[in-house]
Amino acid sequence: MFLKKQNIMTEKRQQILVFFIFATAVLMVPLFLKGSYLLNVLVFVGINTMLAVALNLLLGYAGQISLGHAAFFGIGAYISGIITTRFPIDPFLIIILAAFCAGVLAFVIGFPILKLKGHYLAMATLGFGVILYIIFNETVDFTGGPSGLSSIPSLHIGSLVFDNDWNNYYLVWVFTLAVMLLSINLFQSRIGRALRAIHDSEVAARVMGVNARVLKVQIFTVSAVISAVAGSLYAHIMTFIAPASFGFNFSVELLTMVVIGGLGSIYGSFLGAAILTMLPEFLRVFQDFDIIVYGLMLMLITMFMPGGLVGGMQKMAEITVAKIRKMKGKNAQA
Amino acid sequence: MLRLDGITKVFGGLTALEDISFSINEGLITGIIGPNGAGKTTLFNIVTGLYAQTTGEVYLGEKNISFLNTERLARLGVVRTFQNVELFGQMTVLENVMVGLHTQSSSGIFSCAFKLPGHLKEEKIIREKSMEWLKFTGMVDIADMKAGNLPFGKGRLLEISRALAARPRMILMDEPAAGLNSRETDELAMLIRKIRKEGITITLVEHDMDLVMDICDSIVVLNLGKKLAEGTPRQIQENPAVISAYLGEG
Repeated sequence: MFLKKQNIMTEKRQQILVFFIFATAVLMVPLFLKGSYLLNVLVFVGINTMLAVALNLLLGYAGQISLGHAAFFGIGAYISGIITTRFPIDPFLIIILAAFCAGVLAFVIGFPILKLKGHYLAMATLGFGVILYIIFNETVDFTGGPSGLSSIPSLHIGSLVFDNDWNNYYLVWVFTLAVMLLSINLFQSRIGRALRAIHDSEVAARVMGVNARVLKVQIFTVSAVISAVAGSLYAHIMTFIAPASFGFNFSVELLTMVVIGGLGSIYGSFLGAAILTMLPEFLRVFQDFDIIVYGLMLMLITMFMPGGLVGGMQKMAEITVAKIRKMKGKNAQA
Repeated sequence: MLRLDGITKVFGGLTALEDISFSINEGLITGIIGPNGAGKTTLFNIVTGLYAQTTGEVYLGEKNISFLNTERLARLGVVRTFQNVELFGQMTVLENVMVGLHTQSSSGIFSCAFKLPGHLKEEKIIREKSMEWLKFTGMVDIADMKAGNLPFGKGRLLEISRALAARPRMILMDEPAAGLNSRETDELAMLIRKIRKEGITITLVEHDMDLVMDICDSIVVLNLGKKLAEGTPRQIQENPAVISAYLGEG
């Protein structure tokens, strides 16, 4: 009993230590990459990590699929973009407004949609994403239609303007690290356990008094809010947005990030986001075939590494440790 | 404690249950038996709110619980286990039991994400209580094992531990001995008696007649969706209608 308690303590400390190391590393990186193009890429790794973590809360924790998450990303981007290009209001206030709107929308559609399961839920969220994409495309007066919305102002705090890679990097990663930490906290908590219980057996979770219907809508809303914040940041950093960034392809890309990294693993989402953001930068040949490559990656990972990269690495580490122990045992016998 | 009044369930053209009425007394072990297709599991699903009955009422004490959903019933203390063992396979044994304490805690999503003091305090209590229940069922030494990796018998035990953690007034067990070997069945019988001592009312659907006759205080027999008989194990064993239902007409 005493030993068990100590185990839990060290596990918690380990978790804090891992996050501390990760956060320090993330915050140190720009020191070595000043003026480098890679820093610009890492800004988008940050945004995509935030999105992947948001989807992971829904897909990895609660086990509910969404093929329309790019739409929430788009809602954030367009609300921020449309309002700040027309009115001289502090853009940070509009981020809050955008997050709120995305949250309300998610809450309202969440109740009917999340009653569906499996393929039907995938189809419903897919439909939602397509509808929003059409709205982004067709409401030319507001969104600029297919040719996009340009000259979105940069964010600023007093005289600190977020218009270069260095500042943007810190802006994005402060948000991303916060989202990651909160998500990690959530995993091992009353709500986190209830969500994971719904994932494994919804009926058993309900028998234990977990209100699955409400909880699924809650996490869907939280996920949408985070995605919208990422969208707002994206709009202000790019200063130009077009519907193509918020379509079905991007929803699939997000899904791929989460699955490659590992369902339920927050660091996995970072890994998936990093790989899928950086890969096209280095392999330009993929440009027009990206959706095929993502599909292939999804298939291979689900077939050979169902726990994603993080799960796979954990398994490999376990096997290696077991092997070393075995060898030590043999040596001791000899 | 639990009273069923004229429960009828029709699936399309098939009448699965017809006018079932009986009472389950507080603090006793009640067995529901009957040949395959008698409607036992359907009855459980109705009582626990997974199915809605076509007509009829269910009362818990004086309260009409006929149309309450499963999660509301859990809060009122009606909890069940499943024939095919429904565990949270990706979670540890301890975490499974901790989910059982969901209704005895109240931290919301923000309190959990920000690790507010109220949540941390609650978390500690949940963990301690869960360990106590694991001690009760003798599973402390495998608390950190993944539930999905448990052998079948242990999985059953875990499901019961989890149900107990929900602090039920009443547990409904759907074939708790199915798939267990004779040693495990004996242990199960001991555990069920131990649970009754805690003041928890137990109702079980079971095919293992030795177990039913051994531990049940009262038995209800269903056949083809109708109540055939009701009484003590001895009365049931001597009931000619029951004998003919089990052995065929003759």
